[in-house]
Amino acid sequence: MEYRDYYLILGLERDATQDDVKRAYRKLARKYHPDVSTEAGAEDKFKELGEAYEVLKDPEKRAAYDQLGANWQSGQGFDTPPDWDAGFEFGGGGFTQGDGQAYSDFFESLFGRSFGQGGASHGGARPGQQSYQSRGEDHHAKILIDLEDSLNGATRPITLKVPELNAAGHVGTRERVLNIKIPKGIGASQQIRLSGQGAPGFNGGPGGDLYLEVAFKPHARYRIEGRDIYLDLPVTPWEAALGATIKAPTPGGSIDLKLPAGSAAGKKMRIKGRGLPGKQCGDFYVVIEVVLPSANTAEEKKAYEDMAAALAFDPRAELEV
Amino acid sequence: MATSGREVLSGVISGTVLGEEGVLTLLEVSRASAVHADYVVELVEEGVVRPEGHSPTQWRFSSVCLVKIRKAVRLQNDLGVNLAGVALALQLMEELELANVRLQQLQRYKL
Repeated sequence: MEYRDYYLILGLERDATQDDVKRAYRKLARKYHPDVSTEAGAEDKFKELGEAYEVLKDPEKRAAYDQLGANWQSGQGFDTPPDWDAGFEFGGGGFTQGDGQAYSDFFESLFGRSFGQGGASHGGARPGQQSYQSRGEDHHAKILIDLEDSLNGATRPITLKVPELNAAGHVGTRERVLNIKIPKGIGASQQIRLSGQGAPGFNGGPGGDLYLEVAFKPHARYRIEGRDIYLDLPVTPWEAALGATIKAPTPGGSIDLKLPAGSAAGKKMRIKGRGLPGKQCGDFYVVIEVVLPSANTAEEKKAYEDMAAALAFDPRAELEV
Repeated sequence: MATSGREVLSGVISGTVLGEEGVLTLLEVSRASAVHADYVVELVEEGVVRPEGHSPTQWRFSSVCLVKIRKAVRLQNDLGVNLAGVALALQLMEELELANVRLQQLQRYKL
């Protein structure tokens, strides 16, 4: 297990006031919140901040943490000293209000279930008082699918990490693999609701539901926007200028695309009803990309020179230079 | 963190699709977001989400509503913003997303 320097994580000196702690946390949290930030690794960073704040915002936990001393380096090997929290009194549950599984082993070993409880059982679960029935919580997960899964429908296994308490009272995870039917035509921002696949209920109460938020893996050829599918189609300058019938791929097989004469780069052509299938089926869009041939060989250069001689073309006419 | 086991369930599980149309009741959407129904009512009043239907008992929430409500809960819990702040943040985030999509289009086609 590695020592974690919670002051370093929040960018604080050891003598920071509680107000400093809060300000530093809020500022960094706004920067790294997974809903706000697009930075890679923002989620891990945010969890790290949450853990540091969980300890430093609470004067009891902070005092206990400070007692470990300031001579530790972040990442240094660490073993919890015996009776390290002796002499501290803790009001309420020692455990965090937050998501327990989000914290590191270092945090767990210091502030896990038995922190400040003298080994007594934690107040969260009261044996003998569970005669009531209740429904399990709803769970949420994201599922990444291929475009083809939505076009044709598919069955895909998904692996869910389920937090659970092990015998020692620590939070661990168990993996649960479900084979999910991906309905044909499902799109991003839609969800699949699986009844009873969330957390189990108490005392025979019904299980919660599992909500799967759907997102697409990036596709090598197509882009998906809403229910529409986009293809960038490279064409030659003469095809764009003179018009042509071009073979273009679509997920349902290749089509003959009639490119009108005088097509400019960026021109969008719609093929109706060839997007994601379903009641409100999407469309397929071809976006024209004009590619210039290279001018390396003598023949190629000659072709460009002939064009220059034949065409009175000044693309900078409007610049009046 | 230790992984203590792996459970593979055989058989294929089918679910229902939540899409653009409202299907979730106030109770279902509150339960799915792990918040009290009053909080969802406040979000509706603040204009953060717009369910179909006229009164709370008739409200039906879409998949997009559920995603937004859960985002609002996270922002409020994690960043300590109030309801008006959450509404503003969500609106700005939406505008930013649209602007980014547009920017990517412009960069792609050099329009």
